[in-house]
Amino acid sequence: MALRRASNALAAALAFWGGVAVAGPPERVVSINLCTDQLAMLLAEPGQLVSISRISHDPNVSVMREEALRYPINHGQAEEVFALAPDLVLAGQFTSSYTVGLLRRLGVEVAQLPIVTGLDQIPGAIREVGRLLGRDAHAEMLAAEFSADLAGLRADPDRRPRAALHYANNYTSGDKSLANDILTAAGFANIALEAGLSGGGTLPMERLLMLMPDLIISGQHYPGASRSESVLTHPAMNALRDRHSGSALSDAEWVCGTPAVLRAITRLQEAGE
Amino acid sequence: MTRVLALVLIALIAVLFALSLLIGPAGLSPATSLAALIRGEGLAETLVMREIRLPRAILAAMIGAALGLAGAAMQGYLRNPLAEPGLLGVSGSAALGAVIALQTGFAAHFTLGLPLAALVGAVLAVGLIIALAGPRGGALTLILAGIAVSALAAALTALVLNLSPNPFAASEIMFWMMGSLADRSMTHVWLAAPFIALGAAVLLAQGRAFDALTLGEDSAASLGVNLSRLRLVLVLAVASMVGAATAVAGAVGFVGLVVPHILRPFVGARPSSLLWASALGGAVLVLAADIAVRLVLPDRDLKLGVLTAIVGAPLFLHLVYKTRVQGL
Repeated sequence: MALRRASNALAAALAFWGGVAVAGPPERVVSINLCTDQLAMLLAEPGQLVSISRISHDPNVSVMREEALRYPINHGQAEEVFALAPDLVLAGQFTSSYTVGLLRRLGVEVAQLPIVTGLDQIPGAIREVGRLLGRDAHAEMLAAEFSADLAGLRADPDRRPRAALHYANNYTSGDKSLANDILTAAGFANIALEAGLSGGGTLPMERLLMLMPDLIISGQHYPGASRSESVLTHPAMNALRDRHSGSALSDAEWVCGTPAVLRAITRLQEAGE
Repeated sequence: MTRVLALVLIALIAVLFALSLLIGPAGLSPATSLAALIRGEGLAETLVMREIRLPRAILAAMIGAALGLAGAAMQGYLRNPLAEPGLLGVSGSAALGAVIALQTGFAAHFTLGLPLAALVGAVLAVGLIIALAGPRGGALTLILAGIAVSALAAALTALVLNLSPNPFAASEIMFWMMGSLADRSMTHVWLAAPFIALGAAVLLAQGRAFDALTLGEDSAASLGVNLSRLRLVLVLAVASMVGAATAVAGAVGFVGLVVPHILRPFVGARPSSLLWASALGGAVLVLAADIAVRLVLPDRDLKLGVLTAIVGAPLFLHLVYKTRVQGL
């Protein structure tokens, strides 16, 4: 009982302290999600962002690794994040609800950003992070620049080559996904739509082969070994690539809704030529 | 009697093998499938038939035969109907060896690294079990040793996969413990085939020794059976087959328990006949189970071991009960 009273008092004190800090722009921002890491690095004032997630140092998924190496990392655990005394924590929609809940009970302000599932949501995500960091003008500029660059890149050919997104475990992305939007903007048609997949799902290798895509965009290999990734280099897929389809790689640029997707679109257009 | 049994089992294998080739999400007609498989008509159809379905059917038959034969041999040597590579932790230890080879990169740098590492895991487990249980294979010692070896192998497999830098590795603990033939390739057939063939040839040649052993060790020795040599051959041959099968398909349990149990009455309880009959019966069981996983949940990778356990575990309980009634 005494313990609970003490922790309530602590939480109240911390909530008060947190409440004082949100008056101006946050001064100590911690990001615990790969995608919010990137938007925060693009938008934050020097010194404002004090820690980013561990994954941002991983060259396999992080497009801004060089930049990220200048920031200390966290492992997304409530205790270590709390110890950094942040006045704002940036998290993803699917960040562990226990972590987010605990931080909020400790009085830390946590902003959870939704997953970007389309190119048209990216300017909104940039503006949202800009607003949270008190960097609205900078965000507005970056969002406008992104929209203009995207409009310049968008291809709308008469005949769209058909592309297959083939990830580990035969996973693929259908409509309402960022990957599908990247494909479409680059001038391709996604065969997952022919197969009737909406959102994400698995497309058995047999069915992928029968659809005979013009381009196979494979998920990348991570270090270590896994049976899940062995489908990417299955002899049947290799044979289809050798005899019929072109190939491209879906890498870090495809992961987050940030301006880096423009590079993914450009590379895909080059692969199609 | 045994000739009829052999013909029936071979006919069943042929039918199930054909069915296995004709079933799949691509939904090809039997005529198209055959034209693609035999004459190579149509690029996509040929790839589906030759690179996806053919290796799957071959592996199911091969792995079933290996597990059935390994079960019959272990039961014959230990003269205990509860002996089975899956239950005694041999498959689990083989899986641990395979996982270590994959995660350390040994399997990637050395072609035979994967089956060899699984073989080493299996040798350690069979060796340990046989050393603990002794030649008479007391049921209680056997099962307890099996539980300990299985639990340790499963825990270490989970540890290795959790330590892997690969984001998919940890979710594959299920595959290594339950087994699956989804999306395997001819590469896997060629990796496993030599080890399974060698182990099977060596074991099938020991039929006479297994028959003699039913009379007891002393009688078997007086009939010219070299018991310590038989034990060594058994350990190496079982490990070679179970190791190779597990390295490519994960640990599929209960095949070696169910198959010899069902076939024993048909061969007049003669271990030498039970060996080849269990190899054929194992192929039938795994082919059927692998067809069933594709029919029950066509788009998901339902694990083979789930089905074999649903059939095998009640039988195992029945056998435990019978053993208890007879007195351990």
